[in-house]
Amino acid sequence: MKLKSLIAAASIAALSAGMAYADAHGGKVKVGMITTLSGGGAGLGIDVRDGFLLAAKGNENLELVIEDDQQKPDIAVQLADKMIQSEKVDVMTGIIWSNLAMAVVPAVTAQGKFYLSPNAGPSALAGKGCSPLYFNVAWQNDAFYEAGGMWASDNGIKKVFLLAPNYPAGTDGMTGFKRTFKGEVVGEVYTKLGQTDYAAEIAQIRASDADTVYFFLPGGMGISFMKQYAGSGVDKKVMGPAFSFDQGILGAIGDAALGVNNTSHWSKDLDNDANVKFVADFQAEYGRLPSLYAAQGYDTALLLESAMGKADVTDAAAFQAALEEADFASVRGDFAFAPNHHPIQDIYMREVVKEGDVVTNKMIGVAASDHQDVYGVDCKM
Amino acid sequence: MSLILLIEQVLNGLQFGVMLFLMAAGLTLIFGVMGLINLAHGSLYMVGAFAAAAVAGWTGSFILALIAALAAAAAAGALVELLVIRRLYDRDHLDQVLATFALILIFSEGTRWLFGSFPLFLDVPAALAGPVMLPGGILYPLYRLVIIGVGLLVAAGLFLLIAKTRIGVQIRAGEADREMIAALGVDISKLYTLVFALGAALAGLAGALVGAIQSVQVGMGEPVLILAFVVIVIGGIGSIKGALVGSLLVGLTDTLGGVLLPPLFASFMQASSANSVGSAVASMSIYILMVGVLLFKPSGLFGGT
Repeated sequence: MKLKSLIAAASIAALSAGMAYADAHGGKVKVGMITTLSGGGAGLGIDVRDGFLLAAKGNENLELVIEDDQQKPDIAVQLADKMIQSEKVDVMTGIIWSNLAMAVVPAVTAQGKFYLSPNAGPSALAGKGCSPLYFNVAWQNDAFYEAGGMWASDNGIKKVFLLAPNYPAGTDGMTGFKRTFKGEVVGEVYTKLGQTDYAAEIAQIRASDADTVYFFLPGGMGISFMKQYAGSGVDKKVMGPAFSFDQGILGAIGDAALGVNNTSHWSKDLDNDANVKFVADFQAEYGRLPSLYAAQGYDTALLLESAMGKADVTDAAAFQAALEEADFASVRGDFAFAPNHHPIQDIYMREVVKEGDVVTNKMIGVAASDHQDVYGVDCKM
Repeated sequence: MSLILLIEQVLNGLQFGVMLFLMAAGLTLIFGVMGLINLAHGSLYMVGAFAAAAVAGWTGSFILALIAALAAAAAAGALVELLVIRRLYDRDHLDQVLATFALILIFSEGTRWLFGSFPLFLDVPAALAGPVMLPGGILYPLYRLVIIGVGLLVAAGLFLLIAKTRIGVQIRAGEADREMIAALGVDISKLYTLVFALGAALAGLAGALVGAIQSVQVGMGEPVLILAFVVIVIGGIGSIKGALVGSLLVGLTDTLGGVLLPPLFASFMQASSANSVGSAVASMSIYILMVGVLLFKPSGLFGGT
């Protein structure tokens, strides 16, 4: 219901804008957002959408069409075709998952449309498969893991136990960690994707001589693992990328997550004006704390608006140049694009803490400053 | 691998198996008595978990949460039986699969509509939190031991119910010959509703118990449902004893396979590829077990003809 009324509101705004500026054609952009709004991964898509809508609120030159991909690549591809051919969108955005991005993004850029990624950052699109029309506003997939490996090496962590699901994002993430970690990997377990019981893995962790567990288990898998780990009495330190300790997930893990370190490019207590405003506005608008996905959606809209102020989307070269400047006040502080259109940004280390009754993240330091992905060298635009 | 670690993993396998039994028992009863394939059984598991999480959030009591889970799942089961399932008994299995698949979608989106898209919080009660020291120096989570205990109690209760009570006699008669038992004056439709609600309540109990150590989220029931189907196929469709043996077999195979296979492959392969091959074979292990059982016993371990 809420979604429908939002779309209705957006289209009414667009309609009235269309009437008001009927003869002033320039500067308008139609955006197609394909994201995950139903199924188990809906929390991520909803946050990206809400962050985007918050930043784009009141901008009458920005018309938005939102569709739900149900986390299925085939549906995402159909929706993208529909948006480009019948809705005639100028810019696309919204996709959460790497496998969906791989199915949609190359087709979108091949048809001459811009794509701004608010979440997924598969290595193929950062390297050989890069495109002048593709911009990643979030991160390349390896970023959080490489930063985690650096932080672990700098903070006296000697022996780690790695745990991830047995699928590309899981194995890539662990490879990223191992790329920068200088200590010893004493155990490495890859579980079934979607596994919910980690008793067997926790027993292996207990039996190993690791001092730290580094894991990537997105969504419900991470919730299950953390609850079971806390109940097992194993007291090894726990680290991971922010995906397992996002605001939408922490509420479901509760106190079991306290003290865990996780790497992120954003934290709600980052001290810059744009972020203070974003966190306050988001809570006022939606009545919940923003997550990193919401921050990415918000930055995506800000980036788009900054480019719209400088160039007309019909002039692709000028619009691309305007996007490359990244001339907007990111909630992450300093933000710039590398030549392969992926971010150069600081990755922070956060710790899960309790503020009153709410379990949330607190920033404790910088894990990697001006981090940039390693795939850019293969990108020839 | 040390003996202690192995014993701990066997306990983990048992606990997983007992949980599967709660799901599979309801599924196999419903299939055995009514000849109905109920894909929505996983949704009833989810209903139980959400009801428990909601009530635990309001009252803070885990006991009340368990009661709520049982009641909500049984009520949802009875309601679904009266409104939808009742019309499907005479149809063929494809119609049943279609209708109960539709129920999965309705339950999932209905739950999202009520509770939102973010996972809910449900924690182990403080009295059962943390590990206990077992004889032999094994540190094991108390809550998992309680789950094993509850599951075995439920299994014993079900055997008594089926073997010793009047309802049990009717259920067994219903499995053997539906027309005859109706002709003998048993109110067959009431019996069906009762069996369906009983199966639903068991699924709800499983959902609530597992929800405390896993993630309470929309769609949590479907992965378990698939395993429960594997269990009843291995155990023999319609057999409670088969469901129990099948559950324990699947639980132990899945857990021990995941632990033992990667090191086994590492003994003759490179470490990195052994890890991925071992994990891949481990995820297949229960299906390999199913194929193995069906090769020798085509109707399952305790199946009829």
